[in-house]
Amino acid sequence: MYSSEEYKEIEKKIFAGERLSREDGIKLFACKDIAWLGNMADYVRQQKCGDIVYYNVNCHVNLTNICTSKCKFCAFGRDKDDKGAYAMDVEDALALVRDASKDPNLAGLHVVSGLHSDWSFEDYLQRLQALHDEFPNLYLKGFTGVEITHFAKISGLSVEQVLRKLQQAGLQAIAGGGAEILSDRVRNELCPNKATAAQWLEVSRTAHKLGIKTNASMLYGHIETLEERVDHLLTLRDLQDETGGIQTFICFPFLPKHTELGKTVQQTSMWDDLRTIAISRLMLDNITNIKAYWVMLTVPVAQIALGFGANDIDGTIHKETILHDAGASSPTALSEDNIIKIIREAGRIPAACDCNFNILRTFAD
Amino acid sequence: MIKELILQAREKANAGLRLNLQEALALYEDNDLLFLADCARRMKEKKSGRQVFYNVNKHINLTNICTSGCPLCAFQKKEGEPGGFVLEETDIAKILEEAKVTRNLGEIHIVSALHPDKPFEYYLNVVKQVRQALPQVDIKAFTPVEIVHFSQMTGKSIKEVLEILQKAGLSSLPGGGAEILSDRVREIICPKKATTVQWIETIKTAHKLGIRTNCTMMYGHIETIEERLQHLFTLRDIQDETGGFQAFVSFPFHPANTGLDYLKRVGSWEDMKMMALSRLILDNVDHIKAFWIMLTMPIAQLALGFGADDLDGTIGEEKIIHAAGANTGRGITRSKLRQLITEAGFEPVERDTFYHPVETGEEAVK
Ligand code: SF4
Ligand code: SF4
Repeated sequence: MYSSEEYKEIEKKIFAGERLSREDGIKLFACKDIAWLGNMADYVRQQKCGDIVYYNVNCHVNLTNICTSKCKFCAFGRDKDDKGAYAMDVEDALALVRDASKDPNLAGLHVVSGLHSDWSFEDYLQRLQALHDEFPNLYLKGFTGVEITHFAKISGLSVEQVLRKLQQAGLQAIAGGGAEILSDRVRNELCPNKATAAQWLEVSRTAHKLGIKTNASMLYGHIETLEERVDHLLTLRDLQDETGGIQTFICFPFLPKHTELGKTVQQTSMWDDLRTIAISRLMLDNITNIKAYWVMLTVPVAQIALGFGANDIDGTIHKETILHDAGASSPTALSEDNIIKIIREAGRIPAACDCNFNILRTFAD
Repeated sequence: MIKELILQAREKANAGLRLNLQEALALYEDNDLLFLADCARRMKEKKSGRQVFYNVNKHINLTNICTSGCPLCAFQKKEGEPGGFVLEETDIAKILEEAKVTRNLGEIHIVSALHPDKPFEYYLNVVKQVRQALPQVDIKAFTPVEIVHFSQMTGKSIKEVLEILQKAGLSSLPGGGAEILSDRVREIICPKKATTVQWIETIKTAHKLGIRTNCTMMYGHIETIEERLQHLFTLRDIQDETGGFQAFVSFPFHPANTGLDYLKRVGSWEDMKMMALSRLILDNVDHIKAFWIMLTMPIAQLALGFGADDLDGTIGEEKIIHAAGANTGRGITRSKLRQLITEAGFEPVERDTFYHPVETGEEAVK
């Protein structure tokens, strides 16, 4: 229908619902026709998820920015005595959420944090438990594969035991961060001190076995090759074939400002961001939801991404810190009205959901 | 909207056929952004292949002191209000000194407010001064709104005003101030400046004198969608008659600091949709410009996939739009522009005002 001859084969496969190969993925990254890519991804999105666009009204709780891992792409983590280092005690965390819960529509919490040099697993667990005790009606999503691997290491427990304890303390879904690029080459260079590719995957796999859904993500636009992006997507696709436990996939463009890589790496363009979302939608044929995370993409890109295969725009986040430390220029929170307007302008139906994509409210008209 | 109409409109858009207002409205309602992008891209390729143009230009705003008081405007100051400025001959001489050493400078772009006291001679002398300092550079100056103002001030006809400016060295008109060519809309957003009829008359007169112009649209304020699309058809009709438009430029309305600041800036979705729809409706206009200063560079780059084929220039200093709260950078280098175009899969071409390619001595960045 739209494409040049070169892409006819891939187009046929997409319309037939056939799985794309690694070669197809690499070819898609060479495609210069952004409208065609968008159309293909939009077609698949339409088939799979219809016109509903999910968002959530949530509050991000970043318990501490003190982190032993020193990942090169991170502008959030600090040493204990660095300027701006903080660590919330139980009361601090509760105070933050009490403030956020003045919004009657607040549905849940997103809890991700640094790997604090002195905290034990109990310290994290205790804070989670306290949040759950005081706010039993807020859903709890949190802790990335990286944090959970770290908890297992410092507690001597197995990943499965750690997950069970978190689950008992109220955790309902695992955050998708920390996947970065699941390649040992990239990780050795950028984040050698945190969970390896295999460990990250193991956490997801174990969580799925316990019935805990997870998100998955990709941090792109740093030192990875386009082939490595494709391989990353295929790794997630394989995992999903095996377990089916990934709920949503999130693309994070790397924001170089304020990180160690800032001098050598240029920020990705809107062009790259949109094709990466479209290609993710096309390659990840077994993951239902693709999130356009506005905090990182900026609102304009996230809105257009709804035409490039995304069906989730994330939340009206209450105070986001991690990415703003990295120089994200988007506002720190978006009102629900604004999110609804953004989704409607794109001709789609806004639906507020919880961390497991249960719809809480829709605005159909 | 009836289904058949949408289908018919899609078929015509897909085939690159001329649309009518009803069909354009149907495509707007249909809201299939990537379909529009695809059709627009093909129409762009018919006109300019894989080329994307930019030029090296310099913007000069002579004054921001204005008698017109348009509610849509964040640039204007009243006389005596802090922040008001008027450039005098020596100020302009300084700017021109800088311009002389700008490599490959192709165009000086002059637009200003309607100053209460400055006579037509003031503006005329600026043109002469620029022409003398930079004999090879194209002078793109004065919107129809300003030309009408000159005509009213001097009692001369629009044609006479244009002829005098042309003789002094004016090469083309920027085509701003069109906003939405509807009396209802203008009554609300800019009641005191050139009317629809005057804007059109000025443009047609310029075209008849061999002065090429751009045409523009400012959307996303109080206009209805029908008024917005009708505006594009008005421009298309003029172009059928005169053929004098070189490029179309659209501006999303930035409400901050204007008399309409209760409005919200439309989203990027709307920007891209209008980009593609204008490419499709204005089938007789060669170039569609993504004015990055207004859109921000990321969106302007994206617009290349939605039918735009011109990224405007490596602008030195721009005051009007920044007064309205655009948070874009104030200038961009040639190599950065070329890189953005290449990244989007197009071939960068440095051009003069009339879209002739000029030698840059630079390879497209791979
Ligand atoms: S990315 Fe996470 S693990 Fe790495 S330094 Fe930053 S906070 Fe620590
Ligand atoms: S838009 Fe132009 S004419 Fe109207 S107030 Fe502003 S500067 Fe004056």
